[in-house]
This record gives sequence, structure tokens and C-alpha cells, in this order.
Amino acid sequence: MPESLLPIRIRELRLTKGDRALLAGINLTIEDPGITVIMGPNGAGKSLMLRCLHGLIMADQGQISLGGLAVADSRSHQAMVFQNPVLLRRTVLQNLAFAAPEAAKGSPWRLIDALEAVHLADRADQPARTLSVGEQQRLALARALLTEPALLLLDEATASLDPASVVLIESLVKAQSARGTKVILVSHDHSQARRMADEIVFVSAGRVVEQRPATQFFTQPETAAAKAYLAGEILL
Amino acid sequence: MNALAEAFRLIITLDADLFEILWLSIRVSLIALAISAVISLPLGTWLAITRFPGRKFCILVLNALMGMPPVVVGLIVYLLLSRSGPLGWMGLLYTPTAMIIAQVILITPIIAALSNQVIENLHQEYHDTFYSLGVTGRRAVVAYLVDARYALTSCILAGFGRAIAEVGAVIIVGGNIDHLTRVMTTAIALETSKGNLTLALGLGAVLLVLSLLINALVISVREYAAKRQYA
Ligand SMILES: Nc1ncnc2c1ncn2[C@@H]1O[C@H](COP(=O)(O)OP(=O)(O)O)[C@@H](O)[C@H]1O
Ligand SMILES: [Mg+2]
Repeated sequence: MPESLLPIRIRELRLTKGDRALLAGINLTIEDPGITVIMGPNGAGKSLMLRCLHGLIMADQGQISLGGLAVADSRSHQAMVFQNPVLLRRTVLQNLAFAAPEAAKGSPWRLIDALEAVHLADRADQPARTLSVGEQQRLALARALLTEPALLLLDEATASLDPASVVLIESLVKAQSARGTKVILVSHDHSQARRMADEIVFVSAGRVVEQRPATQFFTQPETAAAKAYLAGEILL
Repeated sequence: MNALAEAFRLIITLDADLFEILWLSIRVSLIALAISAVISLPLGTWLAITRFPGRKFCILVLNALMGMPPVVVGLIVYLLLSRSGPLGWMGLLYTPTAMIIAQVILITPIIAALSNQVIENLHQEYHDTFYSLGVTGRRAVVAYLVDARYALTSCILAGFGRAIAEVGAVIIVGGNIDHLTRVMTTAIALETSKGNLTLALGLGAVLLVLSLLINALVISVREYAAKRQYA
């Protein structure tokens, strides 16, 4: 099993474009394993925060450490699933082999197992980009899990998928979490957040506004912003 | 009309002169293409996926070089290879090698610029995913080349089409010497000016068919790729 990247500490993370503070001093400590769901209005900075954690972008200021490691040193233990799956112009199986070349050589059955887990085993030789969006995202998840990440990031990964794919992806993510992978998931979908979250981090206007166990967040949100968001008053 | 019939006869009887010229054309252009591809594909890819000051300028130069007049390229290669030129000691002027050099110079910017655009688009799409999967350096370059294989095939065919139809540079550095450096285009130019339309028309027809074939190939490659979402 992968080594842990906990605790994850983000200190005073700032990112400015022009005179707009996109991230306005994010402070967040995630200590517990399980699934952390990041919620918040559109444009709050959830994606930017996740991309900073993954090392895809550099903030202007602030520190991030994961299990005592800098982002760069933790990257090989992280995996990310994006909102729009990007697959190579190759077959389904070749896409997995590309992500895990050692497994492809040494233990190819692992690739088949991974395909079976996402119900794509019978599609192994199909060009990956001819799959439906839901199937593509399942393949992207299989690809991410194949690297046995200590930290799995999902950025609205089920936002535009068919219900069956959503259910399958949720159950796989939960199973992976039960096996010790820390999961951080951005979601707009309240019911999904209720189904998945052990902990909720509520982000608004480039700041972490609230961080609470999921059960408490949904029944008694602390801040006015979170209350309004849950009541569906903040759409933007 | 007589000339046309005679030209057709040359082709279907596999006329030795005609096919010697055809074969030399294809050989010279294929060798030029192979050399050019080895230079231009990695160059185009590298310019697409690295970031350094002056990169944009390099791409600009590449695009400008695409439009280089062939006679100017011919002239430059001529000056380099002529007996008093810096490379004159190699004795390459008026040889097929000289024609290959000229064609390489002509089509390398074309293939590099076209492939650069192709890889640039792919890079935009793949960048985050490759970064996330920890794919960098040589592995990334190879993956881009592999994944752009169909589009790059079209770039390469465009280069070949340009090379085989080229006349200005090749006539200057090759000299259009019978049995040695006479290729389709230079032969057509010469035979036409001599009033020998038969061979000129025969060669012209072959050249036309060749160019049609290349275009047909480009289209079928494109369709094959599109069907698999590999385009
Ligand atoms: N490269 C960029 N340049 C300028 N603004 C950006 C850039 N990326 C994101 N933003 C802005 O930053 C804000 C936060 O973006 P994001 O993190 O994607 O929001 P979300 O919480 O919906 O995921 C948005 O207002 C977005 O328009
Ligand atoms: Mg987002």
C-alpha cells in the first residue's frame, strides 16, 4: 500500500491574476484519512486549489506540504482525475499500459483487472476516444488507480456523466479510500457530497470558509455563506 | 493529340528513359524526405513542447522558411557546392546528392512547421494529463509523435509532394544531366523547351498521377484516423 501523504497542510496560499485574488490566502489542514469533499460556488477557486496541490500550477505565495513532502516530491504518489477525461489516441488497454509501463511489462493481468473493475474489460481493444464520456471517465479513473496513489484528486469528475457511470465511479472511489488512499474530491452535487464525504471543506471567494465533518456540515453549517450555498441561494 | 498518344505509349510500354527518370525522381525525393523527417519531426515537436525565450521567434522563422523560393535555395546550395565554394572540395555539384541536399533544405521547414502546429495542439490537450502521469522528456516526445502519427503522416506526404514536384532548385544544383541528374520536373522543362512534347507529356502525366496518389493517401489516412477518433 502507498505511503501516506497526510497530513496535508496549505498555508496562506495566494494566487493573483491582474488585480484579482483568485486564491486569497488559503489555509487548510487535512489530517484524517477518508474522503474530503471540497464544495463551494463556481469560481470559488476549488479547481485552482486542487491544481496547486497536484503541482500543475504554482501559487504566487504560500506553502504546501503533504506528509512532510513538498508538492514536487509527492507527485509520484498522487493521481488526478479531471472533469474532462483526456485519453491517448490509442486503444483502451494501451491507455492503461501507457500510465503504468512497469505493470504492463511485469504484470499485465493488473491492467485487465483494472479494466474489469470499471466494466471495460470487453472494450480493451477499442480506440479509447470512441468510448462514451462516462466510459472514458471510468477509464481515466482506472488509469489513476493503477498507479496506486496515496492521494487521489477528483475535480468534478462525474459532473456530466450518465447515472450508471456515476454510481460505479463513486463506489470505486469509496473502495479505494477504504484501502487507505486519501481522496479529495471537488463536487457541485450536494447529494453526491452527502453520499461520499467524511469531511467537507467549503471554499468561497478564494478562501476556505468552513471545514467540518460531513454530518455536521449538512445539518448545521456554521457560516452564513455555507448556509446560503446549501439553500441554493448562491449559484455563482 | 499525336504527342499525347505517343506519351501514353511511353508509359504503358514502360519506356526505359521515362522510367529511369521516374525512378531517380522518386529515389532522390524519398531520401530527401527520410533525412528531412529525421530532422524536422523532432524539431517541430521540441519547439511545441518546450518553453524558452525565443521559441516564438524560431517558429516564426520556420514559417517564413516554408515560403523560401526554390531557386534561391538552389542558388545557395550551388554557391556552397561549386568548386570555389566552401564545400566545393566534396565534388557534389551536379550529382543526385546535391539535389537531395537542396530538397532537404526546402522541405525541412515545411514538415517542421506543419508538425509543430500539430504537436502544439496535441500538447495543449495532453499537457495536464502527461504531467499528472509523470510523463516527461523523451517519453513525452515519443508519445506525442506516436499519438500524432496520422496527422504527421499527412505532413510528411505534403513534404514529399513538394519535393517531387520541385524544379527550380534541382535544376540549378543537379544540372539536368541525362542519365545522371535528370528528374521528372527538369526533364519536362528541358523537353518542352526543345519542343519534344512526347516525353514531356508522358512525364507530366506520371507526375500528375503521382500527386493524385499522394493526395488520395492523405485523405484515406485522415478518414482512417477520424473513424477511430485518432485524428
Ligand atoms: N488562468 C487563469 N487566468 C485568470 N483567471 C483564472 C485562471 N484560471 C482560473 N481563473 C479564475 O479563477 C477563479 C477560480 O477558478 P476555479 O478554481 O476554476 O473555480 P472553481 O471553484 O469553479 O473550480 C475563476 O473566477 C476563474 O475565472
Ligand atoms: Mg472547477
